[in-house]
Amino acid sequence: MNALADSYTMFRRNLKHALRYPGLTLGILALPVILLLLFVFVLGDALNAGIGQGGRYVDYLTPGVVLMTVTAASMSAAIGVCNDLTQGIIARFRTMAIARNAVLTGRVVGTVVQTLIGVALVIGFAMILGFRPQADLVGWLAAAGLILLLAFGVTWMGVAMGILSKTPEGASNIVAPLLYLPFIGSSFVPPGAMSPGLRWFAEHQPFTPIIDTLRALMLGTPVGADGLWAVGWCLAMALGGYLWGRSTYRRRAGE
Amino acid sequence: MTAIRVAGLRKSYGDQRVLDGVDLDVATGTIHALLGPNGAGKTTMVRILSTLIPADAGTASVGGFDVAAEDARVRELIGVTGQFSAVDGLLTGRENLLLMADLHHLPRKAGRAKAEALLKRFDLGEAAGKVAAQYSGGMKRRLDLAMTLVGEPRVIFLDEPTTGLDPRSRREVWDVIRELVAGGVTVFLTTQYLEEADQLAGRISVLDKGVIVAEGTADELKRLVPGGHVRLGFADAAGLAHAAAHFPGGVRDDEALTLLVEGDGGVGSLRELLDELAAAGIAAERLSVHGPDLDDVFLALTAREGAAR
Repeated sequence: MNALADSYTMFRRNLKHALRYPGLTLGILALPVILLLLFVFVLGDALNAGIGQGGRYVDYLTPGVVLMTVTAASMSAAIGVCNDLTQGIIARFRTMAIARNAVLTGRVVGTVVQTLIGVALVIGFAMILGFRPQADLVGWLAAAGLILLLAFGVTWMGVAMGILSKTPEGASNIVAPLLYLPFIGSSFVPPGAMSPGLRWFAEHQPFTPIIDTLRALMLGTPVGADGLWAVGWCLAMALGGYLWGRSTYRRRAGE
Repeated sequence: MTAIRVAGLRKSYGDQRVLDGVDLDVATGTIHALLGPNGAGKTTMVRILSTLIPADAGTASVGGFDVAAEDARVRELIGVTGQFSAVDGLLTGRENLLLMADLHHLPRKAGRAKAEALLKRFDLGEAAGKVAAQYSGGMKRRLDLAMTLVGEPRVIFLDEPTTGLDPRSRREVWDVIRELVAGGVTVFLTTQYLEEADQLAGRISVLDKGVIVAEGTADELKRLVPGGHVRLGFADAAGLAHAAAHFPGGVRDDEALTLLVEGDGGVGSLRELLDELAAAGIAAERLSVHGPDLDDVFLALTAREGAAR
């Protein structure tokens, strides 16, 4: 019971931080918005031809940008955790009779909630730009579930990396691969259009099946085997990040 | 009743021995000062006693609970204010206190009442709505202490609670610490200021290079160093050199142009000293008589320890 109450207290602390200093949260939303504008208005006409979906490039693009909104949140989680650890407040928490993982759980849940709000805003913005999802209710629920799972996965990874970093600058560097990886996947163009080496990488990296599943769910097309891979990768990231973060937190907070 | 009991405590970081067999007992409801220079191991002691890090060897208990085996029980009893501010800079003073109230699982109403009372007591009422990052050093430290008190701890660890504070803020913090003990709380305080230990603590342990080199009340420690000293001030280096040659046992300070010579402050011995100065033709400009103080003890003990190694 205390673990729940303490995590909730920490969650509210993070939410207060986010509301008082919205810069980091809003800054992270800037990336997907710029990507949407760039790819729809600048590159859109050229790419329409290449994706073979009847010239609806914005429909192809949006799920990938939604995924990037989620992965960008891992950066805010990493910087936030690292900031916390450089302040004395964490040492205080550690000398108090509070649930051990409450600090991290509160941070993760806080980031996930912000991420979901960000995703809703990005989808709304994409619809203004012409995105026309075809999902039915089940499809939306499944998409929301996958986004939630992915958000937990990358946020736990971000938290673990943030704990490892000595400075917030270091934290933003170490999570950068999580942010770049979707670019070399099926976010903007199908891997089939890439050179053989790159194509192999794009087809086998974790984010590609997640993007493809998200796209299939939103556009109402068959998901296929990608769905299992997507859920598996999300679960692996969440579990790995959780265990990694927990053990490094216990080591580092006692320094 | 013993609030804190430490026996044979050891801790090393790599090759560096930080604590080298520390024994310590602190009675309930008293202030105990751990006095020592920078790097003596004071903060390491507090970190071990407050369950932040494990010791390599030896035992330590707080309120009868072992800090390693029963760390959760220990955390329920203690409050810690470190030398680096442990407040949430992004929250207001009031929010910081309410955060503590939530983490201590106080009912909402009781938590609010407690926060307001502490804001008032620590003179933070006006700044309660400002984020703590904007507070001055003294205000941050007061908020820090107030946060420690929300959980009504029975044993409080204060790691250099007044380091970096101006004299007025330092006095305010001292007053608060005295009030705490009046309420039956045990305070374990580390400091590098002799005056602070002298002012606050019932008992003082002097820690140097990871070893307790002396322990007792301030008066007991002062008795460890016999007599006092007379400080002679000189106009120039030549005068100092001349006097230093005449008193080979004196402690010479070339920057302040002073020489400390032994003397118990009695009228007779003072007259002898003056006669001796006149006979030797030593032209001292100033003279002041000092009784034994903790400075003498501290310097004598830590210097001796250093020489022994």
